[in-house]
Amino acid sequence: MQGSISDKTQINIETDTHGSHHEAHPDFRIFGLIVFLVAEGMIFLGLFIAYLAFRSMAPEWPPAGTPKLELMLPGINTVILLSSSLVIHQADTAIKKNDVKGLQLWFGLTALMGIIFLGGQLYEYSHLEFGLRTNLFASTFYVLTGFHGLHVTVGVLLILSVLWRSMKPEHYGTQNHFGVEAAEIYWHFVDVIWVLLFILLYLL
Amino acid sequence: MTAELTIPTQTSSKDDVVVHHRTWKDYFTFSSDHKVIGIQYFVTGFIFYIIGGLLAEAIRTELATPDADLVDPSTYNSMFTMHGTIMIFLWIVPAGTGAFANYLLPLMIGARDMAFPKLNAVAFWIIPPTGLMLMASFFLGPAQSGWTSYPPLSLLTGKVGEGIWIMSLLLLGTSSILGGINFFTTILKMRIPSMSMMQMPLFCWAMLATSLLMIISTPVLAGALILLSFDLIAGTAFFNPAGGGEPVVYQHMFWFYSHPAVYIMVLPFFGVISEVIPVHCRKPIFGYGAIAYSSMVISFLGLIVWAHHMFTSGTPPWLRMFFMITTMVIAVPTGIKIFGWLATMWGGKITLNSPMLFAMGFISTFVIGGITGVMLAAVPFDIHVHDTYFVVAHLHYVLFGGSVFGIYTGIYHWFPKVTGRHINDTWGKIHFALTYIGFNVTFLPMHVLGLQGMPRRIAMYAPEFQGLNQIITYASYVLAISTVPFLVNAIYCAYKGEPAGNNPWNALTLDWQTTSPPEIENFEVLPVLTTGPYDYGEEEEEEKELTAV
Repeated sequence: MQGSISDKTQINIETDTHGSHHEAHPDFRIFGLIVFLVAEGMIFLGLFIAYLAFRSMAPEWPPAGTPKLELMLPGINTVILLSSSLVIHQADTAIKKNDVKGLQLWFGLTALMGIIFLGGQLYEYSHLEFGLRTNLFASTFYVLTGFHGLHVTVGVLLILSVLWRSMKPEHYGTQNHFGVEAAEIYWHFVDVIWVLLFILLYLL
Repeated sequence: MTAELTIPTQTSSKDDVVVHHRTWKDYFTFSSDHKVIGIQYFVTGFIFYIIGGLLAEAIRTELATPDADLVDPSTYNSMFTMHGTIMIFLWIVPAGTGAFANYLLPLMIGARDMAFPKLNAVAFWIIPPTGLMLMASFFLGPAQSGWTSYPPLSLLTGKVGEGIWIMSLLLLGTSSILGGINFFTTILKMRIPSMSMMQMPLFCWAMLATSLLMIISTPVLAGALILLSFDLIAGTAFFNPAGGGEPVVYQHMFWFYSHPAVYIMVLPFFGVISEVIPVHCRKPIFGYGAIAYSSMVISFLGLIVWAHHMFTSGTPPWLRMFFMITTMVIAVPTGIKIFGWLATMWGGKITLNSPMLFAMGFISTFVIGGITGVMLAAVPFDIHVHDTYFVVAHLHYVLFGGSVFGIYTGIYHWFPKVTGRHINDTWGKIHFALTYIGFNVTFLPMHVLGLQGMPRRIAMYAPEFQGLNQIITYASYVLAISTVPFLVNAIYCAYKGEPAGNNPWNALTLDWQTTSPPEIENFEVLPVLTTGPYDYGEEEEEEKELTAV
């Protein structure tokens, strides 16, 4: 091994103190993101199972005297969030054809739909007749929807930051659109969680 | 560190000189080099180990007499709470996964770094401030409900400290998840092309199993802590029976993480032992596949045994039966590993140096911890000794006799790799003897105390337990002192030790096929695999068969 070293002076190791990496390896960021979302999913799964456990141990669920949940507004919200998943996918298709304008249009639309969803949820919170501490159902309702809402907020911020970056010329292209894909995958994840949440909290 | 190395590098132009070594300043930066991060993890962990150890000595000093005479009972409560939390979350988890896996994984699979180097640095730099925050809570009314933090007790005592405790654990959990994602991706995606899964060193298999547990189970703890923090701060009643909540749900969520956490803390060292034993016995590992797959089986079974911590929490009998059986089944893959190691040693050319002694110490003490684990899995026995010193003895045989012995095994084995110098073997043996004796005399009598019914987590005890408790306290001082020769030896030899060369053990895994210490990007040329990781014995000369491309 030692002998072979002298004839390889071409490697340019950057000698900054932080040790940058000179050899690119394939991009594993999408893989890493998916593993991260598995972990995120486990938080939600833990909370869902806790909810089901509380529910199964309670003599009556929701506890007596809990006002009925309105279905109209969250139903519309669900439709908005679900269709936004289709909208954001258009952006992915667009950027794969190097269409930055298309990316901006569809991402802008998705961000708007996300914000409408959040607004709808805040409106729902302000009109509910129970508070965080009313009973166990109310507490789980607020914590679960709130934790999901936090994720929607993060998703909207991700989408907006991709939009911001797409203003720079050539930042995203056919070959280079990790940010677009990551935001899209995250958005789909948030969507799937909402469907489960909606079934658990409103329908069951 | 400035070990001398004689790698011929072209020095015609100053810009072409390859910088091989880190200076001490690099260890205080947001470095993305996995080797720097590994050492950062270890040193940080060791500092917390010393703090946690001093707390343990204070606890033992208090327990030398039956009365609460050194500290008052509530201080005692916060001391064992801090001791447990520090040792688990700031020492063994960061040292096992953070230090060893970060340093070794890329070297072992022929990669230049981890898959996500910056994420790696983020995961590390969460730890020191979080640790300091947790320490600070000691002066702000610390948590008193033990490292398990069961509600409703945790909602009643030391509110500020409890809040800080929850926050710290959420942050440390985040760090652990980020680390897990990195290890998982690195092992699966970053191997040199010539290395298949079945040619990976067994440490990589162990870390694959560990990283899965980190990814799957840690988030559930986060869920539990989020709900607990709402109970604590916002006044909800998820776990508070006074408001209609259910404390047992917390216990389920907590142990869904915290039992696998035991495997997060010990699986990396199963990997370390699997590396060390073949090298120092000059024999191929016995049952490579069995040891590799048993890590995965432990990882899976580890996820479905958690309620054995809750046999006295009103768990229904059919459920207790299920968890009793799954817990006992875990002894099978663990036993496969133990017998694999023993069969590797059988007939081998054993060198009784410090790493090998610690590895053998690991096996002997971990087997005791494992057997008491099977005893505790049996529902009737567990109900009898629940919350007694028997449990304390068991968990220390696993976490000290397992993890800490594993850490020392790894340190003595890879010291020449990390520093380029030998660590003094005589002082290593003295360290081993003191540790082994101190450890066993400290924790073995606790089994007896537990069977006699001495409860854990209480500053006072019945006078008839005093004799054994005094022996334990004195032995624990021996255990504390045993760290001194190690520290002095390690620090001295890191700078002044005898130069070790690149591969002093004639080991075959890729981590030994580069310079010691490894240069900044690990390999001058990425290696190609021409031999299995454990093909020892037949022709020792063939050991440097790795050819460069």
